[in-house]
Amino acid sequence: MSRVFLHGAGSVSPAGWGVPALRQVVADGQPLPVQAIARPGWENPLKVRSVPPPPERPAFLAHPRLRRVGAMTQHCIATALEALSGDIPDIQAGKTRLGIIVCMMAGGVTYSRRFFEDVLCDPATASPLLFPETVFNAPASHLAAFLGTTMINYTLVGDDGTFLQALALAADWLADDRVDGCVVLGTEEVDWIVADALRLFQRDNIYAGGAGAVYLKKTASPVELAMVTDAFLYTQGQSYQSAARQMRAQFREGGENELLFDSQSSEHTVWDHWYGQRLFLKPILGDAFAAATAWQCVAAHAALLANEVKAVNVSIVGANQQAIGARFCRA
Amino acid sequence: MTGAGIITALGRGWRSNAAGFRVGKAAFRPVQLFDVGRQRAKIAAEIDLPEDLPLNRLTPKKARRLNRAARMLLWAGSEAWEQSGWQSGGNLPVVLGTTSGEMALGEKYLSQAILSPRGYQRQATRIIYYQVQRQGLDLCDAVGIDGPVTIIANACASGSNAIGHAWELVRSGRAERVLTGGYDALCQLTYSGFDSLQALSPTPCRPFDANRTGLSLGEGAAVLALETLESARGRDAEILGEIIGYGAATDIHHLTQPHPEGDAAVMSMTSACQVAGVLPPQVDYLNAHGTATPHNDATEAIAINRWSGEAAAALRVSSTKASIGHLLGAAGAVEAVVCLMALREQWLPPECSLETIDPACQFQIVREPVNAQINIALSNSFGFGGANASLLFRRWM
Repeated sequence: MSRVFLHGAGSVSPAGWGVPALRQVVADGQPLPVQAIARPGWENPLKVRSVPPPPERPAFLAHPRLRRVGAMTQHCIATALEALSGDIPDIQAGKTRLGIIVCMMAGGVTYSRRFFEDVLCDPATASPLLFPETVFNAPASHLAAFLGTTMINYTLVGDDGTFLQALALAADWLADDRVDGCVVLGTEEVDWIVADALRLFQRDNIYAGGAGAVYLKKTASPVELAMVTDAFLYTQGQSYQSAARQMRAQFREGGENELLFDSQSSEHTVWDHWYGQRLFLKPILGDAFAAATAWQCVAAHAALLANEVKAVNVSIVGANQQAIGARFCRA
Repeated sequence: MTGAGIITALGRGWRSNAAGFRVGKAAFRPVQLFDVGRQRAKIAAEIDLPEDLPLNRLTPKKARRLNRAARMLLWAGSEAWEQSGWQSGGNLPVVLGTTSGEMALGEKYLSQAILSPRGYQRQATRIIYYQVQRQGLDLCDAVGIDGPVTIIANACASGSNAIGHAWELVRSGRAERVLTGGYDALCQLTYSGFDSLQALSPTPCRPFDANRTGLSLGEGAAVLALETLESARGRDAEILGEIIGYGAATDIHHLTQPHPEGDAAVMSMTSACQVAGVLPPQVDYLNAHGTATPHNDATEAIAINRWSGEAAAALRVSSTKASIGHLLGAAGAVEAVVCLMALREQWLPPECSLETIDPACQFQIVREPVNAQINIALSNSFGFGGANASLLFRRWM
């Protein structure tokens, strides 16, 4: 992989809007409060960690394309704008060719559920306003429209590890001079249907929503994406434990001033001999699949930018697809 | 390309599909998979999916749990795999495009969760097998490879984006071989969605007809085995054809409607040709996105006119959606295989249902079965969200 640097990050999470809010809860290390979300047919609600309302109505909602968009798109736009910050004028002027990659696992379920409820009621009267927003790439499309960028734009669907695959893809686009910069986003949205589904597999996990973004370029900055490991699939011949071990083997041993973000308790064993600091964000923020991985990378960027550590390893043993890791370091 | 697999409403495999596309056979029938009694449109190009599966390495339990989309993907994938002559084992990237994966399972999950919220029977299994990464993993398990798996969900351009991305992996030297394609099965949510937009035609679609009334949906899958020339020659493999260009661009005009002048479509066609060093007059055949909606075809016609310029009058164009409908995430992959068939067998797929050509078309629409000498073919895929992708293919001689 040719050298690629992080030029910005953005976060909308249960911690709040913006990277400082994420940084604060990571520093506090205390699980955020949960909210109740109604589940049809049940008296006891589900527990989720939702994104709190923004401090003020985001100005971008005045854009004609964004008036009716759902939470997922709003979170994506906010995180992308935070990550891109100073480059936005050049992107909008067409001086910076921006690639966009949006990653998700559950995707825009709220619109899909609402539309399918219409269909169950009477397919002849299902709302044509809802259907276009059910497609996976709606948030990526809205973001491109808002920024006025017509460059390559992918939406990748997969488990938690997909965000790290997307970082590697962005690095490829940059190396091939396909784009001048690439913003990579991970996003999920809170809906009772996903929170209910998650309970069937991870009863103790609290589903969360939001988005995270990092902005990559080839030009130097204080934080470098040093490596993305291969993606090790959970196949008939390979358990997730084996995949996790193979992913771990691609990292070197950690130094004292290094930090590890790992993604679930089941992978702790593969990092048994890690002597640096380690953080496990899901108990604090909740489980948000692609967004959760993005938040780890955003927190990694922030820690490196603040010179708190010299390198951060992000280890992802995804929900049902792959084990994959990434390493960020001070340039 | 050293392997190609395809399954559509025209049939299973290269031969039956080539026979159908060559004569412009239409494969529409009343929808049987779900109730369309309350919909404006009532037809689609459904596949008669066999009960059995091709030879595979899945455990019997896993094989039993495969649903419609995964089974289609497996049929196409197995055909491509067998033809390529690749051996199982090791890391081999898989890049797939889809819009909805196994959405029919998602619908069952949603129905039960909404209508019988206290009934969790089979719900966990539905969640597992609904997710698109599951179909990618099942394909890997079926042919015995370890991936990685990348799923691109760029609406109706997904299949072309997947093949384009796979081609870039091979071309850049990041992978020697890649298994790639697209798949989508018919489902009620998507059918109702297009019907709610009044985009579905009550009669079989007629792309580029002046009196077209909308699109028809279909289902299917297509998979290609891509590898470097050195790898193919080293194995003495039969080379079916060559991908020589890929262009992608984003139309930011509207979530569902293309820019009236087709700016992004022009950009994706131009980009694919620039990568290949090919000029529009060198393109012998263009497989259009051609959904048959009034907006999309009008815009694509303008875009093709703009892109091809003076070469438009000689350019032969057709949309094979007239035969098999719009396959959404599978469309670009299936149409890539159609281009490959045309290049290999030297014919052009006609649109036999066309009655009155839209005067916006300055190019020739292929209306009758015809043999033709073609060396370069271009395939367009344009999707919701402004996802535009073009692939350029060359005959291998």
